[in-house]
Amino acid sequence: MIPPDATLYEILTGPVLWGTFIIFGVGVVLRVLLYVKGLDWKIDRVTYGVNTSYGVKGAIKSVFSWLIPFGTRNWRANPVMTTAVFVFHFGLLFTPVFLLAHNMMLTERWGFSLWTISESFADYLTIAVLISAVYMVLRRIALPEVRIITTFYDYLILLIAVAPFVTGFMARYQFSDYQFWLLAHIISGEIMLIAIPFTKLSHFVLFFCSRAQLGMDFGIKRGGMKGNKQLTW
Amino acid sequence: MPQGILCNNRPVNSKERIMELMGDAGGKKYYKEMETLDVSHDDLGALIKKTCKSRIRTWLEICNHCGLCADSCFFYLTNNKDPKQTPSYKIQSTLGELVRRKGKVDAAFMINAMDTAWGKCTCCNRCGLYCPHGIDMGAMFSYLRGLLFSQGFVPYELKIGSGMHRVYRGQMDVTTEDWVDTCEWMADEYGVDYPGLEIPIDKPNADIIYTLNAREPKFYPEDVAEMAILFQMAGENWTVPSVGWEETSLTMFAGDWEGCKMQVETVYDAIERLKPKRMVVTECGHAYRGTVVEGPYYAGLESGKTPIETLHYVEWVAEALREGKIKIDPAKKIKEPVTIQDACNYVRNGGLEKCTREIASYLCEEVIEMEPHGEHAFCCGGGGGLNGLARYGPERKIGFKNKRDQVLATGCKFVLTPCHNCWDAIRDMEEAYHIGIKWSFLKPLLIKAAIMPDHMKLKEE
Ligand code: SF4
Ligand code: SF4
Repeated sequence: MIPPDATLYEILTGPVLWGTFIIFGVGVVLRVLLYVKGLDWKIDRVTYGVNTSYGVKGAIKSVFSWLIPFGTRNWRANPVMTTAVFVFHFGLLFTPVFLLAHNMMLTERWGFSLWTISESFADYLTIAVLISAVYMVLRRIALPEVRIITTFYDYLILLIAVAPFVTGFMARYQFSDYQFWLLAHIISGEIMLIAIPFTKLSHFVLFFCSRAQLGMDFGIKRGGMKGNKQLTW
Repeated sequence: MPQGILCNNRPVNSKERIMELMGDAGGKKYYKEMETLDVSHDDLGALIKKTCKSRIRTWLEICNHCGLCADSCFFYLTNNKDPKQTPSYKIQSTLGELVRRKGKVDAAFMINAMDTAWGKCTCCNRCGLYCPHGIDMGAMFSYLRGLLFSQGFVPYELKIGSGMHRVYRGQMDVTTEDWVDTCEWMADEYGVDYPGLEIPIDKPNADIIYTLNAREPKFYPEDVAEMAILFQMAGENWTVPSVGWEETSLTMFAGDWEGCKMQVETVYDAIERLKPKRMVVTECGHAYRGTVVEGPYYAGLESGKTPIETLHYVEWVAEALREGKIKIDPAKKIKEPVTIQDACNYVRNGGLEKCTREIASYLCEEVIEMEPHGEHAFCCGGGGGLNGLARYGPERKIGFKNKRDQVLATGCKFVLTPCHNCWDAIRDMEEAYHIGIKWSFLKPLLIKAAIMPDHMKLKEE
């Protein structure tokens, strides 16, 4: 199905998409490299380069404990938020990659596709992402300890992250102007990818960096070398 | 006023300046001067540029303002969940702002940052365990303290404390002569009951070099005697250095990075001079943190370790009990249920949670744990230097409620406090809330319950 407005569509899914992928890819790699380059054993007071095996153990435990739903004390202490966070992130990462429509494009362009999920499952994931997002917004407004640190930027980031889902959903169900929603979907998806290296969405990779760093800190300096004891997060 | 007479950005490096500061009882004039103290935007900006690297910058940037760290902080919990006590808020509104403005702030901003860094945070690092992104606000507050110190915005008592370390290489004005005298005096006095009691000073090549907290010789000399009795009981070949015996570091609490280095190098020099095999440090948490955990970094040791293996006192006691060097008389075990106060500085930040439990298994009939405990234990309420800061007395008293309730929930009337700061905090908590508890270091309890070896028994007349 080729939209009548073919040129814009072609540009957006052609050169602009390529540019987006490059900015995103180079951007996240740079963020990681710059992070690592900025680590300083003297200032951070962690001997990253010595006693490294302890650090690696600590880093792995730190990252994985937090990647597992309810894997840490604080995840368990906040069951609703934890569910929302995991559903949100799972949906955000999983849906676009394995979406049938996206993979059809892959086949069309390059003749291959990944394993795909059913369209109805994608719908459920989309709805779950949107519900989680609404919950997170309400939580920001309702809880004083969250409200006080919330800024406009936090809402903007959330908007950037969910916009591709809202627009994609609208396009799929063709509630109104399909062309409009399709283009909005592509643009919002590209905005999200470009925003990752430049905004707080950089936690896409910096989460792993920061978690690994603190894991190394505990693994090397703060007790990890005492009888090879690992901190329980 | 650019720089005050008492309050200024110059570290205290002379006895005269210590005396001058101490003359200003309670720091009234000191804090008054602080209100108009100049902030050097250039110096502060340059310091931030040089020292605020990717670790902290990333922490400040990726904090997603989720507030999941709020409940981890005892200040938040005890201040009726005041949102202004959320760790993320506390750090973003101080260090975060300071970094964003590249140091271009005024005295009022710095004073608020000081009141937050010392009066609303004990650098217990508990929140760091609860942040999904691995953001350690305690580590950031201790960094912020360094920035504040560089411009002279440091609580009065810690300005003096840092000066003490710089002048006396100890947190109090205990000279080498005072220290050696105290050792001799204690050996004599306690030698009556423990024949042959010795405190070997500067003995080369000993198995153990012992280092301690200046409060012990200054105010609690019996603690010095007790450590001697226990080492002798255990048959250890040990010594204390005449110089370099101070393990604590108020410079660390003060954010005086240069002073931290000076202090810890005195201890490492003593090790170098006397060539002992291992070091044992007293029942103090921040001393262990300052000299053993962070110390090697202050001194620039690339191994990240002290020059020789170092044991915290609880490690040594656990080992001595395990190896039968000290034997407990089962009849003299503590009968009443006991709870253990875990010091953040050697438990969460030092991995020594098991040692105290092992000791308690020999010494106590019953232990009832506080919840949470171990790595997840709450600060006693007096860490990070807070115990000694008059300006934040009211904040501290409110913070104690958390530990009070934790102790009450165990039903225990006896708290083991193998840490000077915890010991003080539990004492002051009892004084404030009268919950009818006792608390103690390990040394006196061990001496009371131990079986006296033959070589230390009084000869029958
Ligand atoms: S838990 Fe971590 S990410 Fe969330 S507000 Fe606190 S510091 Fe920021
Ligand atoms: S380090 Fe401790 S006292 Fe400071 S903000 Fe975190 S939990 Fe609160």
